[in-house]
Amino acid sequence: MEELCVISGKGGTGKTIITASFATLSENKVIADCDVDAPDLHILLKPEIRSIEEYRGGKVARIIEERCVKCGKCAEHCRFNAISNFRVNTFLCEGCSVCQLVCERDAIEMREELGGYIYLSKTPYGWMSHASLLPGEENSGKLVHEVKKRARELAKKNRSKIILIDGPPGIGCPVIATLSGANIALIVTEPTLSGIHDLKRVLSVAHYFNVLPLVCVNKYDLNEEMTEKILSFCTRENIEVVGTIPFDEKVVEAMENGRIIISEGGEASSAIREVWKRVHEVLQRLH
Amino acid sequence: MIISVTSGKGGTGKTIVATNLAYLSKDVQFVDCDVEEPNAHIFLKPSITFSQEVSLQIPEIDEKKCSFCGECALFCNLNALAVTKKGVILFPQLCKGCGGCILVCPEKAIREKERLLGVIEGGRFQSGEFLHGRLIPREPFASPIIRKLKKMIDGRKELVILDSPPGMACPMISTVIGSDLSLLITEPTPSGLFDLSLTVSVLRTLDIPMGVVINKANKNNIIEKFCEKENIPVFMKIPFDRKVAEVYSKGHLLVRDEKWRKKFEELFERVLSLDEI
Ligand code: SF4
Ligand code: SF4
Repeated sequence: MEELCVISGKGGTGKTIITASFATLSENKVIADCDVDAPDLHILLKPEIRSIEEYRGGKVARIIEERCVKCGKCAEHCRFNAISNFRVNTFLCEGCSVCQLVCERDAIEMREELGGYIYLSKTPYGWMSHASLLPGEENSGKLVHEVKKRARELAKKNRSKIILIDGPPGIGCPVIATLSGANIALIVTEPTLSGIHDLKRVLSVAHYFNVLPLVCVNKYDLNEEMTEKILSFCTRENIEVVGTIPFDEKVVEAMENGRIIISEGGEASSAIREVWKRVHEVLQRLH
Repeated sequence: MIISVTSGKGGTGKTIVATNLAYLSKDVQFVDCDVEEPNAHIFLKPSITFSQEVSLQIPEIDEKKCSFCGECALFCNLNALAVTKKGVILFPQLCKGCGGCILVCPEKAIREKERLLGVIEGGRFQSGEFLHGRLIPREPFASPIIRKLKKMIDGRKELVILDSPPGMACPMISTVIGSDLSLLITEPTPSGLFDLSLTVSVLRTLDIPMGVVINKANKNNIIEKFCEKENIPVFMKIPFDRKVAEVYSKGHLLVRDEKWRKKFEELFERVLSLDEI
């Protein structure tokens, strides 16, 4: 069983469109949406939810007013500035319990908060594990971890060959959780200065966590000079480029209608098919 | 006035709006809080004049004093410590540096040491002051750098612009919290709308006033309909235009073009007018 995650560093480079396309093109896989912060894959894959599970995030402190003598010790020790005016700001609280430890009046309780929901769903293209996060959850990496765990269980049960993962943008904790245990990271970039800048950063994370990176340049014709730069950078760094995808109004239209570009035809659609072929070859090689 | 520029979905044009707006003010402090992928410097081209390391205090165990009682590991809610018969193991990437283990250790065997998370750099660009942070790739937590950046906010400025990370988890919350207004950048697609609705609910709970900017606007009016229903003003529409994407790809600002300058000036006025209320 191989884990393929699609990430990008910079947001909005077309990660989800490509993951959804792969979902329609690949066989025998389980899909996971690990962009738990802004999950969009369901808009394209239209899953039917089969089970909902509550996700318990971290703990959050609460000051019990009747017991509090307003000594201020808690606020003094909280390194996250989560306590002011003898109230805990649940958005800032990291749930470390230090305030509870230092409080001499036993006036602080730690409560487990509902952090979100985890779903197992059926899509026309296979099973999917996904989630929704409640606002402000600190450790979204932990929820990503749970989503991946469910996907692995599904894959085992169905004897799936691939887990196809839509990853989050950035390089922080949810990205790291997405990469951990993955075999391949397809990095979708775009020919902009920001795109190339972010590509380099996300590549070093992939290297650090020992995941084989592949690169594809989306909307390559928006700035062909920049695309050249990305391609030669990849050659220099010995990173396999699995294709370039042209800018295509059809993609914009498909997105607007919540449709997957593959079924709409056109230049971008055929380019994505080619990218999938190349990725698939690499997957077989790993096998 | 402190405004945060944010979006649920990445790549909707957050940095385009933030940087072009910054360019129009005469007295601005620009703070790029997207420390995972900071991009604003590409457009504002500041001259960086200082840099400062940001680190987290994490525990260091003196094994000579340690009695392997396990109190620290028991306390650590993040499971960053494990105590075995042979020693104490710290998983540095799980530690958020709360300092609790030091307080609970009966043998006083724990000291703190610094763990480098990233840097903050600052300087000036044409219209004012510039600050950004960079998280070291492989480090999971962006928030300590964002918290530090926010301590450097200069409230006397006419305008402080916080370029926020996307999403609605901790890095985004740490950025927008305490701002006077949030500009939400979105696009007229079902995913744009879905992510916008998530962001709106976050900002409502935080009690931050908001205004929407529709990027890649076309005849599709799903965002307008949503905003009307939710009673959120639409401040600006940036029409779908391949040119915009090309200008962006080269790292240029739109306001150099007269037509765009006017549009951003209007946005600027709208934002500032809210300050007077
Ligand atoms: S649990 Fe930790 S982060 Fe939360 S309020 Fe208490 S000391 Fe602060
Ligand atoms: S400082 Fe806090 S988070 Fe870090 S190891 Fe100690 S108790 Fe755990």
